[in-house]
Amino acid sequence: MAFREYTIGTRMFGLAFGTSMFITLYMPAMDMRDVAVTDIGLHRQLSFGRVGGFSYEDPWLQGKAKPATVMIDKDPGTGSTIEATTAYVYPAGTPFPNGIRHPVILGEKPRLMSESLGKVGLADDTKGAVFIVREADDGGETIPYIENATATRGWMPEATMSVASEENTLYVGKGKIMFVREGCWWCHTLLPEQTQDWQYFGAPPMLGDFNGENPTAFGSDRKGPDLTHVGSRNSSREWMVMHFFNPRLVQPYSIMPRYDYLWGEKDINGNVIDYDAWREEYNQYVANERIYPPEVPIPAGDSEARALIDFVINLK
Amino acid sequence: MFKYLFAKNEDIPPGSAAIFFGFSSILWFIVGTGLGSFNAAKLAFPDFVTGIEMLSFGHMRQVHVLAVILGWISMAFAMAMMYITPALGNTKLWSEKLGLWNCFIWNLGLSVGLILLWFGVTSGREYSDIIWPVDLAIIFGLLLPLGINVWMTIKTRRTQGIYTTNWFFGAATFMVIIVFTVGNSPEFFQLTGLTEAYLTWWFAHNVLGLWITPVAAAISYYIVPKVTGNPLYSHRIGHLHFWSVVVFYSTPAAHHLMSAPLPEWLKSFASVEGVLILVPAIAFVSNLLLTMSGKWKMFVENVEIKFTITGVLLAIPLNMQGGFQQTRAINWYIHGTGWIVAHAHLALLGFSTFLEAAAVYYGLQTLLRRKLYSLALANFHFWMLLIGFATYWISMTIAGLIQGAGKIYEVPYIDVVIAEHPYMIARWVGGTMVFLGNCVWLFNMWKTMRQGTLIPAGRLPHELAYER
Ligand code: HEC
Ligand code: HEM
Repeated sequence: MAFREYTIGTRMFGLAFGTSMFITLYMPAMDMRDVAVTDIGLHRQLSFGRVGGFSYEDPWLQGKAKPATVMIDKDPGTGSTIEATTAYVYPAGTPFPNGIRHPVILGEKPRLMSESLGKVGLADDTKGAVFIVREADDGGETIPYIENATATRGWMPEATMSVASEENTLYVGKGKIMFVREGCWWCHTLLPEQTQDWQYFGAPPMLGDFNGENPTAFGSDRKGPDLTHVGSRNSSREWMVMHFFNPRLVQPYSIMPRYDYLWGEKDINGNVIDYDAWREEYNQYVANERIYPPEVPIPAGDSEARALIDFVINLK
Repeated sequence: MFKYLFAKNEDIPPGSAAIFFGFSSILWFIVGTGLGSFNAAKLAFPDFVTGIEMLSFGHMRQVHVLAVILGWISMAFAMAMMYITPALGNTKLWSEKLGLWNCFIWNLGLSVGLILLWFGVTSGREYSDIIWPVDLAIIFGLLLPLGINVWMTIKTRRTQGIYTTNWFFGAATFMVIIVFTVGNSPEFFQLTGLTEAYLTWWFAHNVLGLWITPVAAAISYYIVPKVTGNPLYSHRIGHLHFWSVVVFYSTPAAHHLMSAPLPEWLKSFASVEGVLILVPAIAFVSNLLLTMSGKWKMFVENVEIKFTITGVLLAIPLNMQGGFQQTRAINWYIHGTGWIVAHAHLALLGFSTFLEAAAVYYGLQTLLRRKLYSLALANFHFWMLLIGFATYWISMTIAGLIQGAGKIYEVPYIDVVIAEHPYMIARWVGGTMVFLGNCVWLFNMWKTMRQGTLIPAGRLPHELAYER
């Protein structure tokens, strides 16, 4: 039943809702689009890879097809000594991060530099590539950009992995997947607040620190400390290993869950981990029947725990 | 239900879809609050069920949140729409068959989405955690069919005007589809960085503001006049409520990210608009409380009114809290603390759940043509919900204030964790009361269906005396 008031009402509704969408979607999007990425933003996206959540290449969030972060002091092409550099290795078939696939999101100057000096346009994900973050001077202003070292210096993914030692290889991309899948962000934020937190948790981020990252996983509830700069507060792997296996080994009052299941079946020496025995001994320790807690197994190189610890240590 | 899925539309008894939605929503309510109670136990006693990936806190929390939002609240909404919209249009539901399919696909799709989430298959965004293929199923399988049924029922109504409740139903189903589509676009289109973070909260805010709040309010616009027999106090104030929801509630999304490096203008704008949410809130509460005039004894005697008015009254602290906690002056203190969790439960477990419970109580009695089995059990349910919720809310608010103080005085974090411990236990106890109350509710509704007194033709459920 047509009724004139409702025709007017429907149009008014469209206008009101449309205006609201214009102000809350279009205007912020246009504003944030022009933000130039910072060097932190470049390091983040290169270490995480394309997506940190569900994706085609990794539908069960196992950390498949993710880059490795390596610290090298030898040129993988020539073998000569170079100053310590962080390189991001994308083996063939690993999807590139969003800043390479859509350089426009880097903001104007970093995009131009990455394309002209960094040759990111030549990167081909079917062949793999190695990226590094560099800085260029632009009339007194320092502009960070991505360099495709495979194109500019002939660094191949395998060669780069082989010049880096195992302890200098961090599986940060896989670790971020673990962080998202295991819901660490329900208890920890990745966003020091702009008001109070910098005294305790370190500097709050800048507008350009996140271009290219997806998901940002800031988290909204804090039941534990902010983790954005945790790697600078505490970079002890031994502590992390114990803390993730059972937080109450190092912090008796912690409410953080145990993540021992991320160790998988075998430890780094290939020994099968006997969880039941471990828990039994731990319970004895809690009941004061043992003086020392049982030994925590060191996670294997390809375990999920290893990647998670790499991710956490790398949060500088 | 299954036998009707392939029946002719005319052969399906009117109200079937609403009945199935009603019982499904109660079941999801039990599942959702059970999961909530399980999670709360884990936060109070971290070694409660430990070392199993599928049962760890990080895998279960989002399942609780989405089970209550998309299972309990939204299915109760669908049930309300499927019986209130036709009743107010003096007609039948446009397509009972579509409604049944909708209910079937809803249960199925939600189960798939939640099981995947449970396995850890997530997009990594709060509230829009569900992965995009399932999101598409939600948009086209759940929300759009619901919308079509509501819009077509309104269109084929046999009254001239459209009552307030139906404006809200029609508009909210439309808005939630847009919100769902846009809010999940970071996933469809691989948006990144702050745009992604902002859209995540744009979604979270608007799902609450343009779906849960207005639809819950719309239900009370129906229940209160219907049960008390008083006409709505003011149609004009209803207008004010409706339009101010559309204008003010759709804009403050950025107030969820007050401490993030978003553009400053956006945060200031959001904060101002956020205070203006008090306009629809005050319009709504005053309109309904004034409608009650002369009938306040029903607040004690009648379960549906008891639930509805409690929900309406809880909207007062909810909106006062909401308006103030999002200003810069206050937000820095309570952001990211248990205070926000308390607020979320004040909104969803307090305000909105009480209204939906009223809709399900009233709707199932009307549609089954049976009087509620037991008033005593209904009152028990009410008090379990209210006391459980209050325990939850008060304990988490205190925990949040402790966390806030810990934040500014730079207390080592572990001391905050220790100080919060008693409140975590209190929250678990409160939440468990809600869960147990709901189990009793399901029993009561089941008995109503089987053994409730038959309501004679032409009478309404609240006109009959309770027998137990
Ligand atoms: C139930 C909430 C909860 C979850 C889930 C959780 N944590 Fe924690 N986390 C805490 C609490 C509480 C503390 C502080 C006490 C302690 O040191 O254990 C903490 C401490 C930490 C610390 C030490 C921080 C510092 O400042 O020294 C790290 C690192 C950490 N968590 C990483 C993680 C990671 C990675 C995950 C996901 C696999 C995770 N947490 C999941 C609650 C949680
Ligand atoms: C209809 C009822 C309920 C609704 C709609 C609801 C909704 C929610 C929402 C939206 C959140 C996210 C909060 C945030 O991110 O700030 C949440 C978290 C939570 N809820 Fe509920 N909830 C309900 C009932 C319960 C019950 C009965 C319990 C039992 C104790 C419970 C326990 C929890 C817990 C433990 C969390 C996690 C909080 C945290 O991460 O700190 N909820 N719920």
